[in-house]
Amino acid sequence: MTDAVRDRAGSPLGGPVAERLPPRLLCWFAFAVFAVLCLALRGDEKWLVGYPRGWEIPLIDWLEAAMDWFTAHFKPVFRFISDVLEWPMKGLLGVLHWLPWPATIGIVAVVAYAAKGWRLAGFCTAALLYMVIVGYWEESMSTLALVGMSVPLSLLIGMTLGLLGFQSRWARRVIEPMLDVMQTVPTFAYLVPILILFGIGPVVGMVASAIYASPPVVRNVMLGLGRVPDNVIESGQMSGCNGFQLLFLVRIPAATHTIMIGVNQTIMAALSMVIIAAIIGGFADIGWEVLSTMRKAQTGQSLLAGLVIVLLAMMMDRISRGFAERTGEIHLARTGHVLNRHPYLSAMVAATGIGIVLAAVFPAFERYPEAWVYYPAEDLNEAVGWFTRNFFETTDAIKTYTLYFFMLPMKAGLERIARPTSWGFEFKEAADAIYYWALAIGVGGLVALFANWRGVVTYGLLAVLFFYGASGTPWPVFIAAVTLIAFQVGGWKVALFAFLGMAFILTTGAWSRAMLSFYLTATSVIVCFVVGGSIGVWAAQNDRVSAIVRPINDTLQTMPLFVFLIPVIMVFLVGDFSALLAIIMYSIVPAIRYTEHGLRHVDPVAVEAARMMGCTERQVLWRVKLPLAIPEIMLGLNQVVMFALAMLVIAALVGTKGLGQWVYDALTNARFGQGVIAGGSMALIAMIADRIIQAWASQKKRDLGLAA
Amino acid sequence: MTETSERDVKLTCRHVWKVYGPQADGFFTDRDGDVPDPRGLVDRVRESGHIGAACDVSFDVHVGEIFIIMGLSGSGKSTIVRCLSRLVEPTAGEVILDGEDLLRVGKDQLIDIRRHKMGMVFQNFGLLPHLSVLENVAFPLQVQGVDKPTRVARAMEMIELVGLGGRETSYPRQLSGGQQQRVGIARSLAVEPGLWFLDEPFSALDPLIRRQMQDEFMRLQQLLHKTIVFITHDFLEALRLADRIAIMKDGRIVQIGTPAEVVMQPADDYVEEFTQDVPRVKVITAGDIMRPAGNGLDASAAVPAGATLERLMPRFGDGLGAVAVTNDSGTVVGEVTPQAVLAALASEHDEGSAP
Ligand SMILES: Nc1ncnc2c1ncn2[C@@H]1O[C@H](COP(=O)(O)OP(=O)(O)OP(=O)(O)O)[C@@H](O)[C@H]1O
Ligand SMILES: [Mg+2]
Repeated sequence: MTDAVRDRAGSPLGGPVAERLPPRLLCWFAFAVFAVLCLALRGDEKWLVGYPRGWEIPLIDWLEAAMDWFTAHFKPVFRFISDVLEWPMKGLLGVLHWLPWPATIGIVAVVAYAAKGWRLAGFCTAALLYMVIVGYWEESMSTLALVGMSVPLSLLIGMTLGLLGFQSRWARRVIEPMLDVMQTVPTFAYLVPILILFGIGPVVGMVASAIYASPPVVRNVMLGLGRVPDNVIESGQMSGCNGFQLLFLVRIPAATHTIMIGVNQTIMAALSMVIIAAIIGGFADIGWEVLSTMRKAQTGQSLLAGLVIVLLAMMMDRISRGFAERTGEIHLARTGHVLNRHPYLSAMVAATGIGIVLAAVFPAFERYPEAWVYYPAEDLNEAVGWFTRNFFETTDAIKTYTLYFFMLPMKAGLERIARPTSWGFEFKEAADAIYYWALAIGVGGLVALFANWRGVVTYGLLAVLFFYGASGTPWPVFIAAVTLIAFQVGGWKVALFAFLGMAFILTTGAWSRAMLSFYLTATSVIVCFVVGGSIGVWAAQNDRVSAIVRPINDTLQTMPLFVFLIPVIMVFLVGDFSALLAIIMYSIVPAIRYTEHGLRHVDPVAVEAARMMGCTERQVLWRVKLPLAIPEIMLGLNQVVMFALAMLVIAALVGTKGLGQWVYDALTNARFGQGVIAGGSMALIAMIADRIIQAWASQKKRDLGLAA
Repeated sequence: MTETSERDVKLTCRHVWKVYGPQADGFFTDRDGDVPDPRGLVDRVRESGHIGAACDVSFDVHVGEIFIIMGLSGSGKSTIVRCLSRLVEPTAGEVILDGEDLLRVGKDQLIDIRRHKMGMVFQNFGLLPHLSVLENVAFPLQVQGVDKPTRVARAMEMIELVGLGGRETSYPRQLSGGQQQRVGIARSLAVEPGLWFLDEPFSALDPLIRRQMQDEFMRLQQLLHKTIVFITHDFLEALRLADRIAIMKDGRIVQIGTPAEVVMQPADDYVEEFTQDVPRVKVITAGDIMRPAGNGLDASAAVPAGATLERLMPRFGDGLGAVAVTNDSGTVVGEVTPQAVLAALASEHDEGSAP
């Protein structure tokens, strides 16, 4: 703040330069000198751009060897666990496949009614009927069985760790960073060691999702128990509770709502992972159906199967959220007859009974007849074909323009990408770069008129990135820039973390892939931020827009990541552009949400004061609301980055290059070392981004006097 | 001093200290808190950056007495009452309940004492949000393992007592603040405790309801005769309810006395500040200002010792020189003259020359 004020206030005629420039800016001059030096030398000194193989630490090989040793000795243990877990799994699967479909639908409808009422029960019935009618019943039930097994496991792990973390500060110190890592390691990377240890089969997906889905419960248990008001605890103590009673009769019940929200997130994560685990194969669930049809480019089929996933996700989300919202609601003690005391249970038993009887009388209720299946895949294919044929020119133009004028320069650098056919010129010699820089500096001067020095520095970094590309920027320059930003935003701890993280990525040989991932993430984040931010602003100003956007966001957020790939490859085929679109579709949600929320929750007194001073609505927005909402918007940005990185791995399926693809490759070839390095690198990128943005947001908050 | 002191002592608090901070224990060589220079220690605690939430607090609470601790926000009232119930572990000092040193009892015994001897009402009610009114009130009995029919019956009795009959299936968030606090009161009474703590029980309520709850509280006390430690930051509330008041400031007790003693002889400027706006005619009683009875008093015009000046003053209208004062059993114990009344009322305006 003070820096900024001084920047603009400092008259051009005032004292010596060094006196007027904040020391933080001087660091950037030093950085600029360093960057120019590196860029000038990179033609001769090849190591500046491509980190030499000889300098790499063979961590991958070491990990591989360690894993070999481990499997050689402990594989039987894991095989045993796998066998043990397979029994209940098979049992549940058997039950779900054996139960006549009307019975299952009846049971789910009762549960849905108990959770939220008639409308949800109706929705669930319709959704399940869809699965019956298109003939995906068996696959859906397999997926349900997997989720049904992994969620309780996940809750068990989550509750245990959460309680442990709550009771002992020492345990919390171990658990919290572990959760950070768990929530940033990409999904595929989870599967690698589990696949190696447990072997192919449904147990892998089950174990993977049990582990992957546990962090939300752990976090919410710790959070919820910690948040129980002091006087509730004290009243428990004064009632004479012993430690055990205090925990189970007071703390946990009082924290149920928070815990249930965690349970909802866990269920969604478990479903997401179960679907992703289908990639291992060996189990005929709905995820596998989507994946295999997608691979065969059977658009219609994958759409039909994808819809099943969407419906499953919506059902699970609404039902578990319904229960979460109902905790603490009135449940008048029921008395009297058994039917009266347990109405839901009775209804479920009745539904099962009726279903079984129906199935015994009419075989169609036992197994939905093939002949009645309505599977409009071909019609869909035709429709999609018609669409792509007719709109090919438009879609292709959008794709080409985005690629040539935005994505490719960010990836490989304008200096290599510019061609007479696309840009109308090219850089034949090194000296040609002068034109670009002359223009860039000119624009920079304009930027300086409107922004403070931070804006100018940001602009400068983007200009460098645009010209040299993520893969053409020398690694010392990149590392220096990020470390410097981290230092100025969050102090030496954040800087050290960022530096060590990047050093790990560099020395383990993941750098060039990491830069490809960086480029794809950065471009998606920029687009999300611009587009999502604008939508968020619009929704904050206009209630009708808000009402339209909210359910769309809700739906986008509950969908398993896979699903996003289907429509994009349908229209744009495989490639970076499709990946970009898929990432944007998924990660734009927080950009919209946080912007809207931030703007709507700006201190109303400040807004009123501005209006009283005669600000127009536009001025209120730009001068008051946006500046005050920045910390919140920043947290949205953070979420966007996290979401984008999560989706990046999945996007490897549509043919992107980079860390995501490396993880995927590790999974398909069961390479442990590579999986760890690639997954670890992605987690590090996520954590570095997270630390920097969080620090930045809290700095802003302090500046605005909003911090608690 | 007054008659209460002759009764049996229920609870004693002796040199109790609660110091918050990293090296709180370092200030005390032994646990009894009876340091030679308490004032000096308070200063040292403050200078070292520690917080002395309660400093050298001593008092006795007598059986059947309403003992009120009054002080501004942050003066350490909650800390003291939590030390008495050991929700907070005192740094030093002794707390003696029914002759037993509470700070030396083991964990299980403490739980037992809380289950049978103490009840507590909290400022923000402290109800368990997941339990109904009935379940909340029955909760202390439930954790003791009392069987269901007994505890339901007992809880219903308490709910009736506080006037919430018919609301037992409601949940806390469906009740108004006053109703919630009635639940809190019912719950704290469910185990029939001999000692009753109330930490600002009515502060979260608006004035009208507060007044109503105070009357309710007095009605209950007339019925139950508990020994009560009552916390408030409202001086008028303290005057209304108290048998004796302890006034706290910055963790220390600056004065202990009956309402009239506090009003008529404030120990220092801090206490006097509170008494400024107090309508003395409503606080000072005939017993506070009587002198030994002379001869020839008209016993038929006597007033009880507990009568406030407000009630006493009209008697002088008939030109009486002195009015007889009687005790509970109707014997004349003294007389009050108009001069004494005037002196008591006037002392609020002549600053320096207080007795
Ligand atoms: N756990 C704690 N750690 C540090 N200081 C504390 C703690 N609890 C209380 N204090 C401090 O002790 C002092 C007395 O607090 P206490 O809660 O007893 O005040 P109070 O008189 O009850 O005030 P109020 O009327 O606001 O309830 C305060 O300065 C408070 O900040
Ligand atoms: Mg208090």
